Amino acid sequence: MKHLLSTKDLSRDQAIHILDVTEDMAATQQREVKKLPTLRGKTVVNLFFEDSTRTRISFEAAAKRLSADVISFAAKGSSVSKGESLQDTAQTLEAIGADVIVVRHPVSGAPELLARSGWIDASVLNAGDGTHEHPTQALLDAFTLRRRIHGDASRGKGLDGVRVLVVGDILHSRVARSNVWLLSTLGAEVTLVGPPTLMPFGIDAWPVDTSFDLDDALASKPDAVMMLRVQSERMNAAYFPSAREYSTLWGLSAARFGALPETTVVMHPGPMNRGFEIASVAADSPQSTVLEQVSAGVSTRMAALYLTATGADL
Amino acid sequence: MTRTPDRLADPRTAHPIIVRGAQLSDGERTDIRLEGGRVVELGSSLDARGAETIDADGLIALPGLVDLHTHLRQPGGEGSETVLTGTRAAAKGGFTAVNAMANTDPVADTASVVEQVHALGVASGYATVRPIGAVTRGLRGEQLADIGAMARSSARVRVFSDDGICVSDPLLMRRALEYIRTFDGVLAQHAQEPRLTEGAQLNEGAVSAELGLAGWPAVAEESIIARDVLLAEHTGARLHVCHLSTAGSVDVIRWAKSRGIRVTAEVTPHHLLLTDEEARGYDARFKVNPPLRTQADVEAVRAGLADGTIDIVATDHAPHGADAKSCEWNAAANGMVGLESALSVVQSTMVDTGLIGWTDVERVLSIAPARIGDVTGHGEPIAVGSSASITLFDPSARIDFGVEQLAGKSRNSPYLGRSLPGAVRWTFHGGVVTVADGALVELGEK
Repeated sequence: MKHLLSTKDLSRDQAIHILDVTEDMAATQQREVKKLPTLRGKTVVNLFFEDSTRTRISFEAAAKRLSADVISFAAKGSSVSKGESLQDTAQTLEAIGADVIVVRHPVSGAPELLARSGWIDASVLNAGDGTHEHPTQALLDAFTLRRRIHGDASRGKGLDGVRVLVVGDILHSRVARSNVWLLSTLGAEVTLVGPPTLMPFGIDAWPVDTSFDLDDALASKPDAVMMLRVQSERMNAAYFPSAREYSTLWGLSAARFGALPETTVVMHPGPMNRGFEIASVAADSPQSTVLEQVSAGVSTRMAALYLTATGADL
Repeated sequence: MTRTPDRLADPRTAHPIIVRGAQLSDGERTDIRLEGGRVVELGSSLDARGAETIDADGLIALPGLVDLHTHLRQPGGEGSETVLTGTRAAAKGGFTAVNAMANTDPVADTASVVEQVHALGVASGYATVRPIGAVTRGLRGEQLADIGAMARSSARVRVFSDDGICVSDPLLMRRALEYIRTFDGVLAQHAQEPRLTEGAQLNEGAVSAELGLAGWPAVAEESIIARDVLLAEHTGARLHVCHLSTAGSVDVIRWAKSRGIRVTAEVTPHHLLLTDEEARGYDARFKVNPPLRTQADVEAVRAGLADGTIDIVATDHAPHGADAKSCEWNAAANGMVGLESALSVVQSTMVDTGLIGWTDVERVLSIAPARIGDVTGHGEPIAVGSSASITLFDPSARIDFGVEQLAGKSRNSPYLGRSLPGAVRWTFHGGVVTVADGALVELGEK
């Protein structure tokens, strides 16, 4: 795998293979010495045009556990803000010796542009681009869910028939998009839930059901409920009348959580707005995978770095 | 051909020219004698004595093409195009007249700017340049530009547009429509409701949803057109709708025309051929405003052009340097160059599909745009006494469209690497050869 740009273009076999490699990586993280020599001599650059401490340190940890040299570069001035161009930045990093460039960018498609422009030879790993995709997040979510369902027998398995609700701001969410493609590729049945203002226009062709009614959707007793973070800038942009109303209609409240079967997995990509889209009782419950997702993030990114840096066949 | 192109091209020698065996748009085969800037004789086996002879066997003769929507970028944007390079691109594409949009720097909102652009056009010699005047000062949408002064200037402006920006304020739009009636001018509106398109990047639909690009909804165009045709009806003024791009817009125009409203509409070649699917891959060459739409919209604008709802094809030739395009999608400039490829795209989408014939091509690319823009001396069906602005086109050619087909300063064509039908072989601008056997002629300084 040269690049990891999206989950949309992953086949089922490829996706399962990445999840299985993630299992291997996770197994190594149970050892006393967590560090592997796999990427010794390789240089991984975390090129972040957007602040994201969580994702950046997750990639940093993953690269270091694989013995890669890691450079983290917070590029404040993209060409969007009339600073150095993306091309110049990427070529500079490659001249420094980058083998893999992990890129987080506020503009959809920027990683794909880097990968396909011919500017650089390095592998490109999408760490979240605009409102497009966040493939490692979806992979770690799928890994976490597969583990919860299949446990130690996860290898080789998909998520066939698993019913997942994705709740919240679908319109602006790259996490939702990456999850829609990956979950459906793995055989899960996905329902998107949120206010109509936060549903993308033109998702009729997506392999999902949609609902505006969270209670109705929860009544179907889904296997997993994935709550998305609502960004503060949406609060005052007329997507919904007020934060309170949003929380009332689309938040996973204590009452809604209490009505769910104990087998329903509660997921959140973090960081959470506690008391807004998710009640603490849900977030901190045994059904919650929030911290497992964070751990799985390191293993998933180890797998992604390993597969791209070595150009391994998928 | 019997003489070298550079001799044919020299306006001072102004040799009479015999075009031998061209096919007119109605299919009739004829020789054409050009002399003194006019067509002086039609018929077969014309006497060629004293004239240059051009073999036009297999070529279609059209009145020189007229573009109602061209960005020449001068003054202010000379890095991406100038009046000279833009009119060279025009000639290469068979155009003999272009209407230069007002969004220059400084904006063409005063008589002095439009007179400067007009003079640069005269000096270029490749095509007649008719400056379009801004509707509002600085394109700011606050107060009217010097409309009367521009109309009365030596540039004789008749088309007014804030293109690139919609005259969205309904009261200002009403006043502008009323005011241009003084000169029977026409207001060319870039129909884009600004609030509905804040941050918009791509047609709002399945592709934008998947790519995570902010949507530019069809309704943002259609609602402005609907408002404007009603304002045109109310004021009795002439409205022209720039680069109409959606099926719904075609319906609104069709309805307006059925009511007798004085509205005309244009479609660009790229909206006749390309869809938002091109945005997959995030190649910003396909970023344009209004955005590429869906296949259903493409079918609708083709049908609208075929049935006359849409009056003309205009290029919206919008040159941009490489830096403005080889960057992140959101950071990239809107626009595509289109002069050099327009006729081929129209052949591909409209003629080869059987939707229209060459008389319609002549109408939508020459006669009607000249009429709408009041471009005198252009858009005259080829007849004895008509202007010697003529294009000879080979519809049987097939070209692999590459940068060598581009004659302007910028390379942001969406057709690079595509195969397109047809090729412009000769262009005569007022009797002066500007393209000879497919190659641009060097005219030199006048």
